[in-house]
Order: sequence, then structure tokens, then C-alpha cells
Amino acid sequence: MSLILILILFGINTKMRKVGVVGYEQTPMLRDAGAQNEVELIMSVVHKVLKNLNITQRDIDFTCSGSCDYLQGVSFAFVDGLNAVSAVPPIKESHVEMDAAWALYEAWLKIQSGQAEIALVYGFGKSSPGEIREILSLQLDPYYMSPLWPDSVSIAALQARLLLEKGIVTEEEMACVVQESRRNALNNPNAQLSGDFSLDDLISEPYFVSPLKKHDCSPITDGASVMVIASEEKAKELHKCPAYINGFDHRIETGQIGMRDLTISTSVEISAKELNLDSKNIQVAELHAPFSHQQLILKKALNLSDNVVINQSGGPLAGNIVMTAGLDRIGAIFQQLQFNSIHCGLAHATSGPCLQQNMLVLLEDS
Amino acid sequence: MSEEKKIVGFEAPIYFKYSYTAGGATTLFLKKLVEGRIVGQRCPVCQGVYVPPRGSCPRDGVATEEEVEVAHTGTVESFTINYIPIPDGAVDPPFVSANIVLDGADLSFMHLISGIPHNQVRIGMRVKALWKPQDEWKPSMTNILYFEPLDEPDIDIDTLWDKYKNA
Repeated sequence: MSLILILILFGINTKMRKVGVVGYEQTPMLRDAGAQNEVELIMSVVHKVLKNLNITQRDIDFTCSGSCDYLQGVSFAFVDGLNAVSAVPPIKESHVEMDAAWALYEAWLKIQSGQAEIALVYGFGKSSPGEIREILSLQLDPYYMSPLWPDSVSIAALQARLLLEKGIVTEEEMACVVQESRRNALNNPNAQLSGDFSLDDLISEPYFVSPLKKHDCSPITDGASVMVIASEEKAKELHKCPAYINGFDHRIETGQIGMRDLTISTSVEISAKELNLDSKNIQVAELHAPFSHQQLILKKALNLSDNVVINQSGGPLAGNIVMTAGLDRIGAIFQQLQFNSIHCGLAHATSGPCLQQNMLVLLEDS
Repeated sequence: MSEEKKIVGFEAPIYFKYSYTAGGATTLFLKKLVEGRIVGQRCPVCQGVYVPPRGSCPRDGVATEEEVEVAHTGTVESFTINYIPIPDGAVDPPFVSANIVLDGADLSFMHLISGIPHNQVRIGMRVKALWKPQDEWKPSMTNILYFEPLDEPDIDIDTLWDKYKNA
């Protein structure tokens, strides 16, 4: 009921505030960050972003983080994360048990509602200490699915099998996604996996969870990322080329994977229409596809032409910091918009099994 | 006709294994405990000494790198007399747990108080750590059995709390 009311209010008041991304930092994406704990990872990027913008935590009106306590196996671990920012005397702060892209969404709303001018968003995750494939089972239906412990790769494999059997994608197309990711990642100093591989080599790799090969799955990664956003006025003061958020759309499909067509992404199709993407000259896109076949579903749902450069950073297949991999897509577009020739980019973040939730962020240089 | 049996619950146990990483600061603290020493870290901004160290100062949001060894004596900041047994049964109730600020530290931590009738424990009381025999030392807070009273005058509570205001 209240949600409907909010939608109506937004419908009436179409005058949205312009908000720009002014800073983004990411730790190197590592298979195992070793003895570095979460606070140490977050602190390194928070310090860097604040220093580059020449501001302190006192200049930040709102701080929001995204993380998952199950990764650490410690209850309220997200509160410990606050040790990385200067939170005394108390600051205005919030947390989402979601990818930090959703923390960004909350911060963006805070600026929209006039409660903040500058917001800091961070996400962190060390997947190496726990059993990430099994931990992700906990996001499934607690009555019918979680007790069976279907792990994240097995569920994605069901989706990939459907795509292949229906003839929607081929194993060669999936290998192409991997080849491009590894090649693009050669230019990303933070990337975990990169290299020049031939299609034949990739295709001849053994199956991991059939029909997925190991390289079709995003790797296990440790790391943290941070982003600073600001109202248009503040953004211009802080950065010579802010990336303006000119579209934001988030939609959720059912969590029951048997109740929807896994070969398409209805939520992304609706969001793309809502943001009027067909009328935009999108040059670059960063897609949060933790599995190679999911990138093909997204490309189709977004109706992206072959001219659009997808995952120039390497994308999640080159390094996947769970709980900030979505924010990293937005950060990557921000970085790509710093080049004079790039004016418009699209970032996508996902959550849940088989692209259950999707968020689109349209970023432009004006 | 048999009465319909209602399902009121089902079991879905969750077990996960983690390779826990203590982080640099906690690792330092635990290693020093094996040597019978209590080592914290100082914040380079507010100069506050954290025992046990957390690797960062939440007040200033910076890393705490300078190691500071502190005394095994301290002051009771607050206490409670506990009548509820603790899960591992290591201590029989009633027992006294207290927040203790060690000399040289700016933050209290919790430990046990013993060696004094419970009704004589008080805020501001001076205490010192009683360690287990050295051959039982391991990387654990349990190397210290408990804190026992020290024959020194109490510290005025306002003096104790001024520390926080000034830090």
C-alpha cells in the first residue's frame, strides 16, 4: 500500500534532483586477501577516495554500506565495518544486506529527498573464508529450496542448460563472453583473472558443473569498494567530470526459479523500457552477470547493439567481490566516462538466483 | 475420524565452516598473550590506546599501527554480579564480571573479578591480573584467570571518566 503511494508521489513530482558520481575506488580483487580483515580492506579505499576529493568524513552527510554477515560468519559484522570510517561523533548511517549498488540506491534517495548533499557508499566482502556456493543457498526459499542446499553454481547450471537445449545460446557464444572478459581484464590492474585465450582452448576445458565450465563462473574474490555521490551543485565543486545518474530502475522477479522463464529477463526488459534506453546512445555497458550465459540473457533483454562495449573492466568473470560487484559495475562506467569520447554508459547490478533482481543505472557526462 | 495433525515446525539445520582471519591487530594481541604480555595499539590522531586493539580507531577512521604494551594493573569501571551460569560452565555462579581499564589504556574490556567478597567490589577499585601457570598459556584471554584486588586507594570515578572526555 505504502509502496503504491510512493510510486504515485514520484509520478506526480517528476522533478528529480540531478545526482553525480564523483569518486570511486576499489581494492585489488584477490582470490584470498589473507590476514587483511574487512575493516582494513574498507579503510584503504575510503581513505583514498576522500583524499582524492580533498574532503573528510565530516563533509559526508550520509554513509551507506552493503554487505552480508554470512560471508564473515559473524553476526552484525556490518557494524564492525563502520570502524573503517570516522563514525564518532555519531554520523547518519545505514546498511543494506544487499550488494552495495542497493546502498547506492538508498543514498541516491536520501539526496533526492533533500536530506543529504554528499553521500559515501561502500561495499565489502571476503568470500574466501567461507563456503560461498553453499552460503548463497540461504537466499533461496527457506521451506522448499534451502533445505535441499542447491548451491549457486548448480542453480546457474540449470539456467544455462535451458538456454542451450532451447537453442537460445551456444557453448561457443558462452566461451566468447569469457574470452572477451579475460582480454578486457588485461587492462584492469585490479582484475583477478585475465589473459589471451583461444576459443578452442576455452571450449576444450572440462565441465565443472555441466554445462558450466569453471571459466563460465565468476571467481571467488575478496575485496572492497567505495563510491561518493553528490547533488549536481556539490558534484561540480568536487569533480571536473561527474557521471550523472540520469536513470535508476530496480525490479524484482519471483524467488521461485520454477515459476519464471529463466531464459529471459523480464525485469530487465521492463526497466530498459522505463528508462527509454532505445533512445539513448549507449556506448559502454557493465553487466553484473556472475555467469557467462547470464551476460547473453542481459544483452538481449537490454537490446544492446554489437557496437556497445560490454564489460570493458572484465566484468564479474574477471573478479567478483560478492556484495560490491554490482557497485563495481557503476564504478567502472564512472571511470569509462572520464574519457572524452564516452558520454553515455549503462550499469547493471543483480541479486538473487538466476538474475532474480535487477537494477539499471544510466550514467551520462551531462 | 482422526484429528488432523498440524505441522508446527520442521528442522532445517545450517552448518558452515569458516577459516576465520583475526586480522593484523587481533593476531598481534593474541601472540603477545602467549608471551604473558598485554599489547594494544595507539591511534595516531586522538592518541587513544585501544586494548584489545582492533586495528582501527572508529572515532577517527584511521589505522592504529603503533604497538603499546600496557600494565597488568587497572581500575574497575563498572561491574555486575552474575547469577546465571555461562554455557561452558568454566565459572560457577555467582561470579563478578567487570569492565576494566588497564593502566596505559583508554578503553575498558570485560573480565572476571575474584579474590574478594562480591559485596565489596566497587567502581574505581584497583585490580591486577592473575595469570594461569606459564605452561598453560595459549593465544587466549583465558590466560588471565581473573583480576584480583590491589592494595591501593580507589580512583575517583570522575577522574576515570575525564579520560574519555579528554581523549
